[in-house]
Amino acid sequence: MRAALRLPVGITRARGEVATSRLAPAAFLTALLVPGRADAHLVNTGFGPFYDGISHLFVTAPDLLVVAALALLAGLRGHATARGTLLAVIIAWGLGGFAGLLTAPAVVWTAITTGSFLLLGALLAADRELPVGVVIGLGALVGLIHGFLNGAESAAAGIGFVGLVGSLAAVAVLATLISAAAVSLAEGSTRVAVRVAGSWIAAIGILMLGWLFRPGA
Amino acid sequence: MLFRRLPILGFPPRAWTTPGRAFLLAGSGIVVLAWPLLAWAHEETGQAAGFLAGMLHPVSGLDHVLAMVAVGFWGAQLGAPALWMLPVAFPMVMAVGGMLGLMGILLPGVELGIAVSAVALGAMVLGEVKAPLGAAAALVGFFAIFHGHAHGTELPDGTSGLYYSIGFVTATGLLHAAGIGFGMIHSRPRGPAILRAAGGLVLLGGLYFLWRVMA
Repeated sequence: MRAALRLPVGITRARGEVATSRLAPAAFLTALLVPGRADAHLVNTGFGPFYDGISHLFVTAPDLLVVAALALLAGLRGHATARGTLLAVIIAWGLGGFAGLLTAPAVVWTAITTGSFLLLGALLAADRELPVGVVIGLGALVGLIHGFLNGAESAAAGIGFVGLVGSLAAVAVLATLISAAAVSLAEGSTRVAVRVAGSWIAAIGILMLGWLFRPGA
Repeated sequence: MLFRRLPILGFPPRAWTTPGRAFLLAGSGIVVLAWPLLAWAHEETGQAAGFLAGMLHPVSGLDHVLAMVAVGFWGAQLGAPALWMLPVAFPMVMAVGGMLGLMGILLPGVELGIAVSAVALGAMVLGEVKAPLGAAAALVGFFAIFHGHAHGTELPDGTSGLYYSIGFVTATGLLHAAGIGFGMIHSRPRGPAILRAAGGLVLLGGLYFLWRVMA
């Protein structure tokens, strides 16, 4: 027993009585700090599923790009379009998310999510006059798709409905802030900055298409 | 000393000083540390490396940098609407070139095209050529294909394609912005001459890279 004690701890018995009294609680506390599992690109904030859902949006680049592009596009078309699109995307994101949560399919629709922010970025860069219904319809469509994937990921990660509510809240706040900024930027030379942002988003989407269809992918 | 005086989670503090239990606790700590974590499907890796690689790639080669800032210089000389049209068009056309590179579609003379782009754009700025908007966009777009292709083919292994693209597009856009920002001196009294001199430097740099490609 003495030999066994000396080998792993590396101390004499006389010193060991003091040192092991520190080592044992230290080992216990270290064990408490060890992460239990690594979730699929879902951040464990440590504050619970609601905050995990919020952070999910900010570490999921396709969702972030879609929300930004859609909010900017809606904002450039004025107050009425922005309000309608916000409502549509939040409701659609919630409905899609709930469907994803219930069905929980193990799907990764990278091509579709890439296509959605590529399309919105290109429309933003082109800055064409789009009917209000078209912008709202686009908002509902991307809300359904991305919400569905968010719901499926929430189910897979075990954060469930509360996590989905967190991501929905993040989408609502971010889209509102960005579209409000875009409405105020829609006049004058600052509109160009919004269009440049759209061209960047579209360029990222085009590059992603190349990435998806690269040899050996 | 705290552990000696206060019971924590129901363990008598003196018990931890017992050699057998201490060894057991220390051993259990090591086992937990060495325990394999659950590996979930589609766990993403390489995001940070991808973003940084994408951000650094356009600024890692002086030939890219010269052409990117020259686009901004020329846009500033041409004024609106070319001032904003070129930075909107360039990233999208460059991304098409990047897509071709990523997909493994070969493009002949990529390095030559990049060097010639610096020569041509530098010459445009030096001569303060007032090209029509369509012609300026076509020239810039043509060279953007070569720059994009080079970026697309040089994507490092193991990095995230999405984050590489975000970094790469952002860095390119910021280089344009730097060029436009410097080009704002065009409205100053001696600004046009300084800007033309900067175009001359871009032209010289382009000639150097052209010589390196041809040698």
